[in-house]
Amino acid sequence: MRRFLRPGHDPVRERLKRDLFQFNKTVEHGFPHQPSALGYSPFLRLMAIGTRSGAIKLYGAPGVEFMGLHEENNTVMQIHFIPDQCQLVTLLDDNSLHLWSLKQHGGASELREEHRFTLKGPPGSPPSATQVTAVLPHSSREVLYLGTESGNIFVVELPSFRVLEDRTITPEAVLQRIPEDNCNRRSCELVEALREHPKNPDQILIGYSRALIVLWDLQNNKAIHHFLGSQQLENLYWQRDGSKFISCHYDGSYTQWLVSSDNRQSEPLENTVPYGPFPCKAISKIYWQTTKNGLPYIIFQGGMPRASYGDRHSISVIHGSQQTAFDFTSRVIDFFIIFSSDPAAEFDDPSALVVLAEEELVVIDLKSAGWPAVHPPYLASLHCSAITCSHHVSNIPLKLWERIISAGSKQNIHYSSMPWPIDGGTNIAPDPPQRDLLLTGHEDGTVRFWDASGVCLHLLYKLSTVRVFLTDADPNDNMNTLGEDEWPPLRKVGTFDPYSDDPRLGIQKIYLCKYSGYLAVAGTAGQVLVMELNDEDAEHVVDHAEADLLQDQEGYRWKGHEKLKTRDGPVRFEAGFQPFVLVQCQPPAVVTSLALHSEWKLVAFGTSHGFGLFDHQQKRLVFVKCTLHPSDQLALEGPLSRVKSLKKSLRQSFRRIRRSRVSSRKRRGAGGNASEVQEANAKFDQEALQEMELAPVQRKIEARSAEDSFTGFVRTLYFADTFLRDSSRHCPSLWAGTNGGTVYAFCLRVPPAERRMDEPVRAEQAKEIQLMHRAPVVGILVLDGRSTPLPEPLEVAHDLSKSPDMQGSHQLLVVSEEQFKVFTLPKVSSKLKLKLTALEGCRVRKVTVANFGSCKTDDYSENDLAVLTNLGDIQIISLPFLKLQIRYPCIRKEDVSGIASCVFTKYGQGFYLISPSEFERFSLSTKWLVEPRCIVDMPEVTSNNHVHKSGTENAARKS
Amino acid sequence: QFGAEFRRFSLDRYKPGKFEDFYKLILHIHHIANLEVMIGYADVHGDLLPINNDDNFFKAVSSAHPLLRVFIQRQDEVDYSNFGTNTLSRKKKALVTLRNDNLRRRPHINISMPHDFRPVSSIIDVDILPETHRRVRLYRHGCEKPLGFYIRDGTSVRVTPHGLEKVPGIFISRMVPGGLAESTGLLAVNDEVLEVNGIEVAGKTLDQVTDMMIANSHNLIITVKPANQRNNIIRSSRMSGSSGQSTDSTASHHSLSTSHVLQNFHPDEMESDEEADIVIEGGLEPQHIPKLHSLTSNSLSRINGSSLSHRLQRDLVLNNNSGRESNGNIHKLLSSLKTDPRHSLVIPRGGIEEDGTVITL
Repeated sequence: MRRFLRPGHDPVRERLKRDLFQFNKTVEHGFPHQPSALGYSPFLRLMAIGTRSGAIKLYGAPGVEFMGLHEENNTVMQIHFIPDQCQLVTLLDDNSLHLWSLKQHGGASELREEHRFTLKGPPGSPPSATQVTAVLPHSSREVLYLGTESGNIFVVELPSFRVLEDRTITPEAVLQRIPEDNCNRRSCELVEALREHPKNPDQILIGYSRALIVLWDLQNNKAIHHFLGSQQLENLYWQRDGSKFISCHYDGSYTQWLVSSDNRQSEPLENTVPYGPFPCKAISKIYWQTTKNGLPYIIFQGGMPRASYGDRHSISVIHGSQQTAFDFTSRVIDFFIIFSSDPAAEFDDPSALVVLAEEELVVIDLKSAGWPAVHPPYLASLHCSAITCSHHVSNIPLKLWERIISAGSKQNIHYSSMPWPIDGGTNIAPDPPQRDLLLTGHEDGTVRFWDASGVCLHLLYKLSTVRVFLTDADPNDNMNTLGEDEWPPLRKVGTFDPYSDDPRLGIQKIYLCKYSGYLAVAGTAGQVLVMELNDEDAEHVVDHAEADLLQDQEGYRWKGHEKLKTRDGPVRFEAGFQPFVLVQCQPPAVVTSLALHSEWKLVAFGTSHGFGLFDHQQKRLVFVKCTLHPSDQLALEGPLSRVKSLKKSLRQSFRRIRRSRVSSRKRRGAGGNASEVQEANAKFDQEALQEMELAPVQRKIEARSAEDSFTGFVRTLYFADTFLRDSSRHCPSLWAGTNGGTVYAFCLRVPPAERRMDEPVRAEQAKEIQLMHRAPVVGILVLDGRSTPLPEPLEVAHDLSKSPDMQGSHQLLVVSEEQFKVFTLPKVSSKLKLKLTALEGCRVRKVTVANFGSCKTDDYSENDLAVLTNLGDIQIISLPFLKLQIRYPCIRKEDVSGIASCVFTKYGQGFYLISPSEFERFSLSTKWLVEPRCIVDMPEVTSNNHVHKSGTENAARKS
Repeated sequence: QFGAEFRRFSLDRYKPGKFEDFYKLILHIHHIANLEVMIGYADVHGDLLPINNDDNFFKAVSSAHPLLRVFIQRQDEVDYSNFGTNTLSRKKKALVTLRNDNLRRRPHINISMPHDFRPVSSIIDVDILPETHRRVRLYRHGCEKPLGFYIRDGTSVRVTPHGLEKVPGIFISRMVPGGLAESTGLLAVNDEVLEVNGIEVAGKTLDQVTDMMIANSHNLIITVKPANQRNNIIRSSRMSGSSGQSTDSTASHHSLSTSHVLQNFHPDEMESDEEADIVIEGGLEPQHIPKLHSLTSNSLSRINGSSLSHRLQRDLVLNNNSGRESNGNIHKLLSSLKTDPRHSLVIPRGGIEEDGTVITL
């Protein structure tokens, strides 16, 4: 077999390989993991998100996105766009500043880091002297003002980052010009906020932490006004005309100040504690937005009553008598308002509130009544409930696509119809070559259908299987059900909900037939649901069947979880995929493999105990086969649930917390729970870690044996119409591969269509192949007479594939974790093999047949195997000769969840999770490449850019 | 036939008496009075020395501290080259140890009828490997014994052009008592693993090496650098003392290129180990399918293709023609059947008939 490893010397083939294969990581889908900063340019209409790992991502119109990574991998603390420029400045937690530019290159824009800079104080000064706390990019675009912990405000030139020392605003200089006894050096410690005057670029407002606010004249280096609040300052915001500003404070209050030329020290116009009178949490950021009708919008983060709602992540919007406290599912990182950026406009007229929470992006339409949320076209929270599996379907027929979209649109009626407000840049990428669906199964029993055709992974439709079952979750146990007169007026927004009500609901396997619209979904507690797409709401009874995979064997007791209880009677289902039959495996172990044949109307499913075949047309079980080795006690006891017990206990404790939170609305002071649990968890983690360190790193060398645990675990199921018995007659067959290296083949007799309901489907075992190396079988495939993989069910009927060749002899490809092996059919004699583990020490984790087209000629394409190994490498192996074509490192081998989550498409692309919330998309093909390609043009700068100020969003925010 | 028996008895250390008496005593104790045997003993260095006259009998007794390990062999099996001074002039693939846990002997390959032995291990490629290395082949065919060893991460010191360098290595960390690895006596704890079936392990992780060994477990060839270099095979050009002390000249031989090593594997040697997958044909006769009931009756129909009655009626078609391997596979199959408590049927070993590649149970 070694000869297959030698690099090919055929120059023609080598050239062809270059035309076929190419590895690219193209785009990250989903929501950035651990976001830490937010910025927005009203000028470019682009939003920037920084993360704790030093990534910076820019988003505009759907399809417009850029990504950059700080070399240091430090947390991004602040992001500021330079006014009227394609540039932005980031502040990292190592106090370094970075200047990034969007530059056009080769017809598309690219994000590049231009300069980096760290403010250095005089020798011997403490680090706090230069610790940047506030950044103000001046509208002149020439300088940055950097407020520091020491109270000094440094001025640096752009883009060189040269410090203009003579222009530094020291606390001493400020104090000299304030004739006030109650101000001392300490009043000028720590600059919290720097805000440029909206009309006069020579004036900036300086807010110090201890509530001293100074309006500073940059030309004459003097204080024009100063204002002294009574509470620690959090942030400042100018009114559009510059006559007033608003400050927000640590005690949950905000204050309006009038800036008039006659008095030098102003008393506050108005001081409000919006959620008083009891002590409140800080208001960390505030906006004051003027409108035509005179009523301003006051929008602020935080300020909730400390004792009863201190744990809420809220942003409140007050507009006249309307007031809503949007209650987010995770910590608010930052927010901004999209408002009129036309400098000539008299009012702000805000249109949307954009909130970056730790786990999702929420956009609220402020123009429509009721302030509905806007459905984001990107940055979807893939992990609103943890992803448990995924399934990709390429090239969806238009009809099915439209029906799924139509079902999804009925679920989205509560969303605003406002067009996506962040619409900068132009997407110049070619239209996606085809319609692709990515289906993700989640822990809460839902399946989400994503449009994975292009750069924006967009949620089309969400399917829930929960309705079929009776769960502990009380439907009334909902945080939304607040009375009319509740105060504060909280409204839950966002979809992130990591708390699964019942882990048994988790989706483990998904199989969608794109031609028929049949969908099979299988879960953690042995449930297999077969569904059909229905365009209307319907109420019906779900048929129920049990499949006893142990076949009445005596003396075995399942110690794992119980099966889910089902609802009796008819159940109402919304339009979309509606289950019509439930097959319950017994014991209710997790379903480990699933296959659906929509033409034969059969569904096959396997667990660690065996597999079964169900006729979903007649709703009758055809057969079950126990694969369990009788001495395999572990599989019987359901150790999978035991492994998960830590996770489960964590989940339960979280659920407890949530419940207690719900009830603590009335009885206060249950907040200690969370920290206790966290403490306990931390302790537990530490103990587990220590245990790991103590255990010697030692591996047992032993051949696999029939007595190993989980040999009966069914890893793969495959339907094929092939020559199983003799070479003259082909028949439908079902193939199953187990963890112990056994392949079972069953002959099926499916009655012809006209008698389909009258005669039963029959099955009999035709073959049992025991691979002597006993490695888990991860893939089974039949190649037709032309050595082409058999088409999918109904593919030929829809004229989308040539009929398989039934003249030449068929071949069986069995892929185990260790090797690839081709057998002849029907004799099953070994013909060819490629050893992987024995030679390279890596094992097959995922394998798929992929079609690769040549980038040079349209008429050439070939089928190969795309293989992901446990080392995170991707290998392409030719069919049918099993020659290694090329190898690419893709995923770090330590990234076990990334490798486990990987899914290949039929055209040489793939996805894997780089965090719980993000899919990395990669491509192995030269032809099918989906990657962002976009252009950001500088909008025309208005001549009077000194007045053009309203747009500059200075999100000077401490974290 | 080749089983070992242990007898423990005491002798007066200072008055051992005559060899003749001792010989008779031995025969009596072991109830092998009618056999011609050769008696040997293990000296302080662990070398096997003969006892055949009064002098060396006396020497043996006096050197025993406190036990004298006496080995008894049938006269016709004795390989005199095994004994002490006439040290091991083995050639390539010379060594086959018996599947015999207690008598650790290293007789020549032509010592007995091949049928009587099942090879469990061999040292191969002695001529091409540096003498500090040992390439051991473990045969697991038809052997119920576990391979029985563990490996771990560690560091080894290599001589490189830049001087001594510490590099990560893979070492044998534990031997399972009674396992194949231990019983061969060719592998020991702290031996460094250099290659697995001709593939260098350098740069591979512990898990990768584990997977490679398991993937090759049916015919595992591992090249080790023994921690104890005293028992190395000494080529004929070298002189050695009876204790087998060897010079440790590790330096120059370390980076043997894989290609060079591989040339010396005969292709058939690599491929002859090809495991034969067992294919059970389930459909040679029409099977009775239980009458299928409708779902509402809630009685599920099933086909139990694995029930023994079916299995026994089926023919076993073995893909590989090698008799020995077929044997092994059948043994495995039988053992898996036997351990299956669902099937109470006991299969007598004699009930197997071999007929070419098709074996009928």
